[in-house]
Amino acid sequence: MKKLNRRSFIKGGLATTAAVTVLKEKKSAASGDFDNYPEGMGVIVDLTRCVGCRSCEAACNKEQNLPEPEVPFDDFSVFDYMHHGEKRRTDETAYTIVNRYNPPEIDHPLFRKVQCNHCNEPACLTSCFVNAYTKTPEGAVIYNAKVCVGCRTCMVACPFYIPAFKYSSAFKPQIMKCIFCYDTRLKNGEPPACVEACPQEALTFGRRKDVLKIGKQRIRETPGKYVDHIYGEHEVGGTAWMYLSSVPFDKVGFDTHVPKEPIINSVKEFLAMVPMVLTIWPGLFVGFHLLATRKDKVREMEKEAELKKTKENDEKEEQA
Amino acid sequence: MKLFSNERPEIPIAHHTKEDGSAWTIKEKLWLGLSVTEYKKQFFRNPVNWFMIMLFAIGIPLILGRYAFGLGWVTHASNDYPWGLFLGFGLFGMVPLSASGFMLGTTVELFGRKDFHSIERLALLNGLLGYFFAVVFLEIDLGMPWRLPYPMFVSLGPAAVLFLVAWHVATYLSVQIAEVLPAFFEWIGWLKGKRIIRRYVLGLTVAGIILSTLHQGALGALFTYAPAKIHPLWISSNFTWIHFFVSSIFGGLSMVIIASTLIKNFMGWRCDDEFKDNLDYVTIGMAKGASLAMITYLVIKLVAVAHDQEWTYLLTGWGSYYMLELGVAVVLPMFMFAFGVRNNWVTLIRVGAFIAAIGIIWNRLNTALVCFNWQMYQEIPHWKEVWITVTIYALYFLTYRFIVYRLPIVYEWKGEK
Repeated sequence: MKKLNRRSFIKGGLATTAAVTVLKEKKSAASGDFDNYPEGMGVIVDLTRCVGCRSCEAACNKEQNLPEPEVPFDDFSVFDYMHHGEKRRTDETAYTIVNRYNPPEIDHPLFRKVQCNHCNEPACLTSCFVNAYTKTPEGAVIYNAKVCVGCRTCMVACPFYIPAFKYSSAFKPQIMKCIFCYDTRLKNGEPPACVEACPQEALTFGRRKDVLKIGKQRIRETPGKYVDHIYGEHEVGGTAWMYLSSVPFDKVGFDTHVPKEPIINSVKEFLAMVPMVLTIWPGLFVGFHLLATRKDKVREMEKEAELKKTKENDEKEEQA
Repeated sequence: MKLFSNERPEIPIAHHTKEDGSAWTIKEKLWLGLSVTEYKKQFFRNPVNWFMIMLFAIGIPLILGRYAFGLGWVTHASNDYPWGLFLGFGLFGMVPLSASGFMLGTTVELFGRKDFHSIERLALLNGLLGYFFAVVFLEIDLGMPWRLPYPMFVSLGPAAVLFLVAWHVATYLSVQIAEVLPAFFEWIGWLKGKRIIRRYVLGLTVAGIILSTLHQGALGALFTYAPAKIHPLWISSNFTWIHFFVSSIFGGLSMVIIASTLIKNFMGWRCDDEFKDNLDYVTIGMAKGASLAMITYLVIKLVAVAHDQEWTYLLTGWGSYYMLELGVAVVLPMFMFAFGVRNNWVTLIRVGAFIAAIGIIWNRLNTALVCFNWQMYQEIPHWKEVWITVTIYALYFLTYRFIVYRLPIVYEWKGEK
């Protein structure tokens, strides 16, 4: 046997440490640290620049071949529209809408554009049991109507109330939502129709990491103009569409209570239990069965033993 | 049926052969051994059937309309409340009330409690029909019902909770069919089939426990996809799935107590003496189990409030509603069960079971509809949606009755077994 001296011990120890470090790094890079397509595109929406002209709504309607609206796009009475005490939302006829807010802090209204925020880790995607959603490397969350069953779990899961269902159709219903103009524009590196249509440059398109920098720059360079927060930088794990505002976000219709982590994180507690139940339950319950029915067997054995004993005793007595 | 069973000794049918030694045909068995005129007579003198006819007269056209004109024709087509009564009641409410199959299957087959044998088949049937009709409700609600097998075979999303629900409900439905089949095989007289199933009964029971634990829990976990939409008291990412699972235990047991009570009172002619004589005993046994599940449930509910630091919510209006739900739907029937068990007061248990079952549905509707979007407006279902829901439930009732009338569920088959 080779003798282990001090030198070889140190050598081996160092080699092992190095190997462990390398392997560990490799492993951590492979799981958990998925960087959500770092080259993905994004848009920053500056609420202070939007004038509520609804050009983006019109452009979206045309680009996505949506039905002609009941109220034309130059009619601003839609800003007063209320349904169940709620302002307008996306539905099967509109992938994007603009709502007006009158925050008491300032003397003029603010307008907020609503569309799919194209989350880094979308709740619609992670909740879908037929894989109808895809997050593309370009940053869009797209939807495949060909496999959709119409269960509407994505609508329950979406923290921003974006996906809408085509309830009016009996034979071809589907989810209706903004797809970042993926098919017609984003795929080719072009900005979506709404961004191109905006006359106020309220929407800035670029790589997500770049537009995020632009947003931070604006906050830094014009002190007092914006609240020091970019909605969408961290909300539900980060979104491709982000917002700048001059008033607190809850005053202009944003849900500021959405979790900072991706929605799927709150489901993981359950998902982690599934393999445990699948593997432990069978053995456990068959074991219970054996234990529960053991009594009958023990009783039988005891009876046999007793019989044997009495027999032996009888024999002994006979011998005596 | 009382009308005929008193006069004719061979009715109700419990044997392959008639009095004169000739065999009953399947057709005669289906007609309960009555002539068509006799069958009509007993059918129309039952007021329940008249109520059903009126219900279906409007319900069936509504269901056809749903398939012809879309979901928007029968619901409010809400994008804010994607799930209404069809799932809130039909799926989330029916499934926990159908946990009876695995509960009594486990009691009798796995733990060897043969003293619960007389209620086992009813519990299995209750489970099977509950699941089957939960799927029927799903088929009403799905946008594209013809794509039901897609998550199984066409496009798989195995990381989603609903994927697990779909697969487990489908497999468990097959397991439950296998568990109820022996009754059918006795009735048609094919004993080989019964023997085959008998061989796998332990495997089926264990499969039932695994599948039930996971998909009862998964129905709760589905709501953890909406942590910001549901009132914090009704959702907990750590505990909701355990709440749903544990409450299904007393939900399923309560439902069997209700079904057996109705059968004993309105279908006495069909029950045999073993069923009738044992019923009080097994009811007390089930109430004992249910009350234990209830106290467990209450403790985990409390743990969830403590773990998620939600004490302050209890002082709000929503908190009062939460306490009301727990008080009426769980604490009250729990004490009724406990008192009933202690004093052999079976009627109290039966009333308690009724409250507990309604309570489960109330809890599921709270999670899916009332406390969903709690910071938004409240969605009130469209009347057509309510009518269709009641119609499908009535169909469930009729199917249940149809089977209990015929198959050896609450009586023992007297022919060869």
